[in-house]
Amino acid sequence: MPETRPERRVGSPASNLPPLSLHIPEPRYRPGDTPDFGDIEIPAVEATPRPGEATRPDAMRELCYGLVRVLDFDGEAKGPWDPKLTPDRLRTMLRTMMLLRAFDDRMFRAQRQGKTSFYMKSTGEEATSVASTMAIDRTDMVFPSYRQQGILIARDYPLIQMMNQIYSNRGDHLLGRQLPIMYSAPEHGFFSVSGNLATQYPQAVGWAMASASKGDSRIATVWCGEGSSAEGDFHSALTFATVYNAPVIFNVVNNQWAISSFSGFAGGERTTFAARAVGYGIAGLRVDGNDPLAVYAATQWAADRARTNNGPTLIEHFTYRAEGHSTSDDPSAYRAAQEASAWPFGDPVARLRQHLERLGEWDAERHEAQAKELDDLVKTTQKQAEKLGILGHGMHQPFETMFEDVFEEMPWHLKEQCAQMLAEQEAKFGPNWKPE
Amino acid sequence: MMADQSKTMNMIEAINSAMDVMLERDPATVVMGEDVGFFGGVFRATAGLQKKHGKTRVFDTPINECGIIGVAVGMGAYGLRPVPEIQFADYIYPGLDQLVSEAARLRYRSANDFICPMTVRTPFGGGIFGGQTHSQSPESIMTHICGVKTVIPSNPYDAKGLLIAAIEDNDPVVFLEPKRIYNGPFSGYYDRPVEPWSKHAASAVPEGYYRIDLGKAATVREGEAVTVLAYGTMVHVAKTIIEERGIDAEILDLRTLLPLDIEAIEASVKKTGRCLIIHEATRTSGFGAELAALVQERCFYHLEAPVERVTGFDTPYPHSLEWAYFPGPVRIATALDKIMRD
Repeated sequence: MPETRPERRVGSPASNLPPLSLHIPEPRYRPGDTPDFGDIEIPAVEATPRPGEATRPDAMRELCYGLVRVLDFDGEAKGPWDPKLTPDRLRTMLRTMMLLRAFDDRMFRAQRQGKTSFYMKSTGEEATSVASTMAIDRTDMVFPSYRQQGILIARDYPLIQMMNQIYSNRGDHLLGRQLPIMYSAPEHGFFSVSGNLATQYPQAVGWAMASASKGDSRIATVWCGEGSSAEGDFHSALTFATVYNAPVIFNVVNNQWAISSFSGFAGGERTTFAARAVGYGIAGLRVDGNDPLAVYAATQWAADRARTNNGPTLIEHFTYRAEGHSTSDDPSAYRAAQEASAWPFGDPVARLRQHLERLGEWDAERHEAQAKELDDLVKTTQKQAEKLGILGHGMHQPFETMFEDVFEEMPWHLKEQCAQMLAEQEAKFGPNWKPE
Repeated sequence: MMADQSKTMNMIEAINSAMDVMLERDPATVVMGEDVGFFGGVFRATAGLQKKHGKTRVFDTPINECGIIGVAVGMGAYGLRPVPEIQFADYIYPGLDQLVSEAARLRYRSANDFICPMTVRTPFGGGIFGGQTHSQSPESIMTHICGVKTVIPSNPYDAKGLLIAAIEDNDPVVFLEPKRIYNGPFSGYYDRPVEPWSKHAASAVPEGYYRIDLGKAATVREGEAVTVLAYGTMVHVAKTIIEERGIDAEILDLRTLLPLDIEAIEASVKKTGRCLIIHEATRTSGFGAELAALVQERCFYHLEAPVERVTGFDTPYPHSLEWAYFPGPVRIATALDKIMRD
């Protein structure tokens, strides 16, 4: 050991250069400010070319910095990305997004009424989950994050099962083990939602690799937000995907906010999230996430690419989280109240409605009737679900289920702990207590 | 259980044989990891497997443990039976979230919708001048995760049978391979020549399929005076010192730390009235603490002396002072003398 160690220098300049300064990102608008998004570059609908699905990633880099659009702000579909969906398909898309919105509103209210602990709405982002799901096969495997309930709804997963999960009630097939909205639906190609962010990213790649190695035809899609794209798992996944040319679609929903952290804290100030693909040699698309037809078109492009062994695609859905992160969040504490209404890309439901009306395939009367029908459907389903219980009202799963499924077979130490827990319940509720 | 004729194998060869057998038997089995493919692994554990079973069954991966384990979770969800290798147990930490929050919880959180039949193989432990990043023993981190099984073999025969059982298990298993004894059992005397496995009975390994069920300890030596609980490398070090001292000790090789063979431990300690626990890992919150607590909970009125622990010290594994760190002959003999005196 040296006799004296040099002093650790903290905070004194070593030269006559101006001192270094640390950049801490700051969003442009805070509560009380009037947001103005006039400087967001919006390329014309026809401006973004549609390359062939087998195009080399390095020959289509500009798509990472542009914006795939189909609907202009007058509701007209145009340009090379127009997927040319039939009016029936468009109406299904609209109906699904409206059902998702009605479901979200109802479940948010249920949480406020104390019927469950937690809920997360997807308001403003409905197109990202619904339109993209309609563009892939039903047998393709989806690895969702926490705000993709639209995928389940688009795949006709029973609403009552979603509600049972949200209520952690007797009908919850996850046995009340998971926080509300962390669904799992293997029959609907929907992987179990994790509370840890972006962990599903490498998992989706592994699933896709397995599918490819077995000569399957199914592909995987996976979701995270722009905030959690900062996780190491995201970068692990992109590395593996490019190494093995895995048939997977990476979706980054850039809704501008990760709870209170704006996208600058995920590294979005000087580049786009789609451009993450460039360094990995993966195809990247940046899409107007509030344009359901653009989301559909981009996903369809990426799915065709993956299914023909042309590899993975990263899609950035450029959108805006119109409400709080969750029922536990208060966005008025950190962002300007008018941001959602000032968002230049509008509302995805309103835009699709406008498009259908413009085509003469929809009108206000039908829209109102459908809104009411869906609201009634959700309400009726909610009543059925509540017959099976709401959180904390005694109609939960049997106590022993706490110890089941830790392992396939219960080892001795869990059997002992289970017996202890049952004895505790008996001590608490008296000798006539019986395990449910 | 026995399938066919035996061959003399060291631990590496036995582990290789287990993967070979499973790749042959079950088309869902895949082996992957850093350098495991064409090269056959830095310890040669996967040598020849890619050539025999093909590149989509046995392949190299990026240097990214989060990715290796995360991808394996996804492969398991698809229906494969992945056997990822983490090159050194010291490198497992970047993959720990995938192991703790994902692999270990998947069956539970999805109520059996999805499972993770993955076996993470990884060499661990010191005594090879690996320094602090190639010597650690993280077993108690694994046993602290609910939903993962932890297996540690101590000889070629067990290594193969346990690894086959681990690969066939429908839950995630962390299979920790004591790398100091890959090529031969270790007496604890680093300055003596290494005895090869070929001189050890457990190097007779059947060439085909057999399994050793997880959760069962092995009695290495029967005795009446004291029960020694050990696993991996320390089984052999303990045996050497016990024979040197002429103590009539009973040595249990735990083999699986979770689920633990509590019946075997309880029966032995009740018989001998004394219990010495030996592991190479750091002491505080080590697996020995769990064992000591279980023994006193279950055998307190049979104990004639306090339960003793012999462990590594609570420091990073030092490179040049490795043998002062390692729980070797002196530390074990001192503890044995004390427990026999008490």
